[in-house]
Formats: sequence, structure tokens, C-alpha cells
Amino acid sequence: MSGDHPHPAHTAPPPRAIPGSGEARRHILVVLVLDRPGVLNRVASLMRARNFNIDSLAVSRTDRDHVSRMTLTLHGDDVAVEQAAKQLYRLVDVLKVQDVTADQVVEHELAFVKVRAGDGNRAEVIKIVELYKGRVVDIAPESVIVEATGTEAEIDALVALLRGYGIKELVRTGAVVMLRGAGSIEESSGRGPAGASPRPSEGEDQVDVEVAGTTDGGRN
Amino acid sequence: MTMTKGEPARPGAAAPARGRRSHVPADGTATAAAVEHARKEMLHEVRSRKRTRIGADALMEALIRQGADVLFSYPGGVILPIYDILGDYPEIRHILVRHEQGGGHAADGYARASGRVGVCMGTSGPGATNLVTAIATAQLDSVPLVAITGNVPAALLGKDAFQEIDITGITLPMTKHNYLVRDADAIPHVVAEAFYLAKHGRPGPVHIDLTKDALQQETHAEHPSLDDVIAGLPGFRPTIEGHPRQLKLAAREIAEAKRPLVLAGHGVLIAEAWDELRAFAEKAQIPVAWTLLGIGAIDEEHPLAYGYMGMHGWKHVNRAIQSADLLIAIGMRFDDRVTGNVRTYAPYARIIHADIDPAEIGKNVAVEVPIVGDAKAVLAGLTRLVHPVEPEARADYLAELASLRRESEGSSWHGSGAWRDGLLSADYVVTRIGELTDHVATYVADVGQNQMWLARYTRFRRPHSHISSGGLGTMGFSVPAAMGAALGNPAAETWAITGDGGFQMTSQELMTLAADRIPVKIAVLDNKKLGMIRQWQEIIYAGNYHSSHLPGPDFVKLAEAYGIPAFKATTTDDVDRTIRAAQAVDGPALIWFEIAEEQNVFPMMPAGKGLSDLIETWGAPEE
Repeated sequence: MSGDHPHPAHTAPPPRAIPGSGEARRHILVVLVLDRPGVLNRVASLMRARNFNIDSLAVSRTDRDHVSRMTLTLHGDDVAVEQAAKQLYRLVDVLKVQDVTADQVVEHELAFVKVRAGDGNRAEVIKIVELYKGRVVDIAPESVIVEATGTEAEIDALVALLRGYGIKELVRTGAVVMLRGAGSIEESSGRGPAGASPRPSEGEDQVDVEVAGTTDGGRN
Repeated sequence: MTMTKGEPARPGAAAPARGRRSHVPADGTATAAAVEHARKEMLHEVRSRKRTRIGADALMEALIRQGADVLFSYPGGVILPIYDILGDYPEIRHILVRHEQGGGHAADGYARASGRVGVCMGTSGPGATNLVTAIATAQLDSVPLVAITGNVPAALLGKDAFQEIDITGITLPMTKHNYLVRDADAIPHVVAEAFYLAKHGRPGPVHIDLTKDALQQETHAEHPSLDDVIAGLPGFRPTIEGHPRQLKLAAREIAEAKRPLVLAGHGVLIAEAWDELRAFAEKAQIPVAWTLLGIGAIDEEHPLAYGYMGMHGWKHVNRAIQSADLLIAIGMRFDDRVTGNVRTYAPYARIIHADIDPAEIGKNVAVEVPIVGDAKAVLAGLTRLVHPVEPEARADYLAELASLRRESEGSSWHGSGAWRDGLLSADYVVTRIGELTDHVATYVADVGQNQMWLARYTRFRRPHSHISSGGLGTMGFSVPAAMGAALGNPAAETWAITGDGGFQMTSQELMTLAADRIPVKIAVLDNKKLGMIRQWQEIIYAGNYHSSHLPGPDFVKLAEAYGIPAFKATTTDDVDRTIRAAQAVDGPALIWFEIAEEQNVFPMMPAGKGLSDLIETWGAPEE
């Protein structure tokens, strides 16, 4: 098919990259949503339908009426995660999506671990927990409940240590994050649900979505 | 009987007919009229003006305020409150379809032909699930549709009540937005919001599920202003204007390109940007190729109109894409039927991609210049920024493309060549339908070979003249969608062009066409096959023709059973005569074209291959 193009054969182009096929890493998305019935279902359904795998999801109210905040962690390359963010923007109830992976943030999750601990090793378990800045919140003859907060990695480390004693039950909330410093994800969203504020300037859009450099901003 | 007690109040009143005595005074006085009215009201012959306003009224008022003039619907238990008051709203023409899917596609066709929002309705449970295929079709093709369903009374939700299904759970991933309404007072706002969402930004279907009690409750809720609606949607602020910096970058790319090509998609038609597209193409002297749903974005007779791209697109168009150094994609989404294997797609091209939906940009192919915005605004902006180019400056490029085009269109396998063997061929039929309708009718495709033949050979000269289920590929779409299209744009002659397979999926709507005298001309291209399935089986599955042979009925008799005049064509000579005969019918008509059974659509890009890997023939041409 050399007649198909005007270029000499030695300039045969490399194959096009398939968006989303780059190196995957952990991303954290903060999603502000209108607190309307079914909004969690919409977000979860979208992520499933678009073939994104959520690692953790934490949902709570914010200080603003009718606005909830979701913190999602997921794995993917930058383009894939940007695509996830843009798909989330298609949901009418989604006010703002911000990928904070590259930002300076405080990130913590909370875990309860019910560990087998009797008279023989209870003190040892408590010692470990204290080293990890956790605390014991319930004691029974054969077990204790440990409460710990920290980053995902810190909790992983504590859990790994406790596993040697026997974990009867484990529950983790998934990560929540907040930007360090004075900046606020909520304020920079520029969209109060009640205030009907104008859409952010193009400049702000630019900052929001230029993560992987594939769009010039804008939301639908 | 004690009725005789009700003697006429006054002596001398006219005796009731048939010698029966009535208690109703028949003396023409106001009292008599009032009594007569009360009697008719009791018998549901007339309705009192003084009844309370219920949720169903709020719904109908809201639809009228939104400009809806046709409602495609099928009644059922929980939406009876609507049917009970429907007669009070003559502003809305109710089309009683024969299946909810037909109603959904009809609303879709209405929307695509008119540019307005289509409205369909069904009852709970099966009525709602029957709408699902039509809603999904509208979602994949960005069609503004408002689908209304009833549901069981709120107190019964979740109890597996009769005809209860979680329909909002079902439509959630296939709508732009959906609502479950349990309160009559919410209806005006929800309907206004649904219409706003359906047609603004990237259009799409919006589904409203209303509980029966919400329809029955008395309500005084007022209709919101547009400002109220927008204020209630803080998360929905579509970007219309392209970012000036991106437009400048795009203009620079265009100035440097030697082999630019515009790829026009559905977005151009949705944005009504055909004038802007033509102006842009003319100023910059850039040929325009189009996607399946971009057909009609530019008049096919325009010197810069280059052709239909993709899996069954023209070879010259796909070659132009593969050798382009710049693609200017407007309102299209690099669907796999357009690109084939992305890794080998347009290997020399930089890409400018403009779309109103940011999520479409960078989704399937990486692009150099993204522009988020409405096609009309973006094209107008680009036209302002690009330097005028004289045709002579692109003489070599345009001449090369013209040469590719002559080669491609002149190929003996340009169609199937079947007519050369005396067989009636589908490409010939659609070519003649185009010519005998001056290329300005509304042509509604079904899915499969018929769809590709129509796209390739009909030659479209008017925006919105071509309607096709592109994204979902919904067989059975053609006849009901044409029904809606005929009502959405009554000024245009409307043709449903369908295969025998798709036709048999929704042929019950023949009765709707007949009963409502909707003048759709139906061309059934009958090869007694699921033709595209058969084609794939021949080429990809080693001729293992399982289940692609599809015997059908006598389509003339079938149409006539519905009271629809019908004609049969079996040779090339019959084609013009039957088309003209169908056109002469005042109302719906059907033509049964018995076409060659083993005709294929060429060229063909096998799934997973690239645009340079087109199959142009298969085996030896028939002797």
C-alpha cells in the first residue's frame, strides 16, 4: 500500500499509542457531588461500566448543604484516570473531580482489627499497636479490637504484623484526603449548588484537567 | 324500574327518542343542558372543567410547555391516570404504537428528523423494559429523548408488586440522567429539567419514572423558569465556545498541513453547524469526509464533499485518512467502526479533535489539539482564524484525492455488481430511491447491509435526511423511527429502508402507520438472509452459514393485511415503477424488493484490522 501515502518508506511511522495503555499507578480522586438519591449508585455504576476498578471509596457529607464528598482510589495510567474523571463529569450530579495524586495531601484511613490476644500475648499486641500510634478500643478474654489511622501503607504494615497473632476480623474505611496548606478543593470548585455561581473561568478549567495534557478543559 | 319517577318536569316537553321516557328535561334550557352534561360526565363522554389538577395534569402541562406535540405511547395499569386526562390536552397528538420499543424508536426518529426532543411513554414493568432498547439506541447516538414510565405506587416500591421493576436501576447506565418521582409536586421541575438536559450540551435520553400515586395526587406546583432549572443543575455547564488558545493552535496546525482532511460527525448535525462546516471547508480548501451519523453534514454534491469513512466506507476516503497529515475531527468520537485498529490508524496524521463532550477527547485516540466546544461555535471560530486558501494551492492534493475517488467509485466491485448478472441488487435500489426522491427525502436505515448500502449509494443532500442507528446498531429501528421522522418533519417524504430481518423485528408498527395514516414508504430489501451475518460467515467463518438464512412471509400480503398498499419488485426493471407507485400512494406504502441473496457490501474492513486492510472482493465474481 505504498501508494497510500506520500511519505518515503523509511519514514514508516510508529504505531499509535492506545490511550490508557501506559504504566498504571495509584491515583486518588476527590469527587464532590450533589447529595441526591442514587448518586453513589451513579458513580459506582459508571466506574463499573467504564471498566475502572475502584480500590477504595469513602463517602461523607461536607460542611456545605447538599454536597457530599467521595474519595476514590484506583489504579491506572494518567490518561485512563483522566478519562475516568471526565466520565464522572458527565454525571449531572457531579460538581467537581480532582486528581490529587500529584498534590501535597494529608491522606489517612481508619481501620479496626480484631486480633486474637489472650493473657499470654495481650501485652505484646498492645505494645505493637502503640508503636504504630494505634490504640486498643475493646478488650475481651480472647481478643482485642485495635483502632489505627494512617496511610494505606502504614495500615498495611500494622495489619501484616498483627496477622501473626491471628486476625479475626478487619475493616478499613478507605482513604480520605485533604490538600495541605490553605488551598481547598471545595472552594476552588467555584460551584456552590445553591449559589448558582458562574462556571469557572477557562483558566481554572485548564488547571483542573490538564493532568495528562489531552484536553483543553471544559465540562459536560 | 323506578326511573319513571323522573317524569319530565314540564308538560309538553319533546318525547325522548324510541318512545323511552327520560328523566332528563329536553327543553333546551340551561338546566337541561347542565343535566345532560352531568349525564355525559357520569358516562365519561365529557369531562368537567372543574376537576382537581393532578400529577398527570402537571406532566401534560409540562410537556406542552416544552413544546412536545407528539407522544408515542402504549397504555398500561399505572399510567391510566395519564390516559384518563389525556383527552383534555389536544395540543399533544397521541400515537398509539403497537409495542413500546416502536414508540421509543419513533420518538428517536422524531427527534433526529426535527432537531426537537422526542417523547415516548410506557407503563411499568414490561412496558418500561420494552423501552430500554430504544433508550439505549438514543444514548449511543446522542439523541434528545424524554422517556416516561409509570411505576407502582410508592408504598409498593420494592415489594415486587405486579408489573414492578427497578427501571431507573436499569436505565441508569444508558441515560444522560434519570429520575424516580414519587411526589406530584416534583413533576413540573423534573420534566423541565429533563428536557433541558436532553437537548443541551451533548444531547441524550433522559428517563422519568413516575409512581402511580404521584400521577394521581392533587398538586399546585408551578412550572419553573429556565433560570430555576439551570440553577438547580450546578454540575451541568457544557462548554460551548472553544478555548481561544486551542483554536489558535488548531489554526496553526491547519496552516502547516499539506494533506488535511475534515472528519465530520453527528455533532455537526446536532449543532446545526452545516453552514459553518461548508464555510470552513471552502475557506481552507479542505475536503470533508463523514461518519455514518455525519451523513448530511455537507451536501454530497459539494466539490469538497469526499465521502463516507470506516469499516464499509469508501476506499478512497479510508486511503485519504491513512495518508493525511492532519485530521480535523468535528463532533465525532473515533468509534472502532471508524478507526479499525487504532495502532495503525491515520499513521501520518496529527489530530485536531473538537467535541462538546470532553470525555470523547483522548478516549479512543490520542490527539494533538483538543478543543472542547459546540461544533457550530468551534467551526465558526476556526473559520475566522484560518487563512483563506486558493484551490490552486492544494491542486496536487485535491487532484490526487479525485484520482483515488475515481478509482474507488469506478471499481467493478464498487457495489456488488450483482445487477450486472441480471439480479436485483440492493445498491441499485437505494441509488434509485435517492434519485427518484431528488436526494432530499428523509431516509431511515435499519442495521446491517441495508444500512451500509444506503449510506454509500443514496447520496444525501440535506441535513437530517439520513437517520440510522449507528452506535447501538439496533435492528428493527427503521420502520418505527421512520414513523417518528415522518411526524417530526412532515414536509419531507419519508422512506424506511430495511432488510427483511430488521423489518420482521418491529413490523407490528405497520398497524400504527395504517391507523394514523402516517405516510412512510417502506423499502424491504429482502435477500432472505441476515445479510451482514451471512457476509461475515462467508468471509470470516469459512462459510459456516448457521442461522443466517431467514425465510420470511409474503411481505405484500403482510402489508395488505394491515391495509397498506404494497408492491413487489424482482427485477431491475421493476424498481422505478414500484418506487413511483409507492410515492403515488397517499399514506404509507411498502415495496418488497427481492434482491440477490448472496450480495456482499464491499469494501469491508474486518474487525480488528486497520483501514489499510480493506477486503475489496471475495472469491470470483459470479459468472
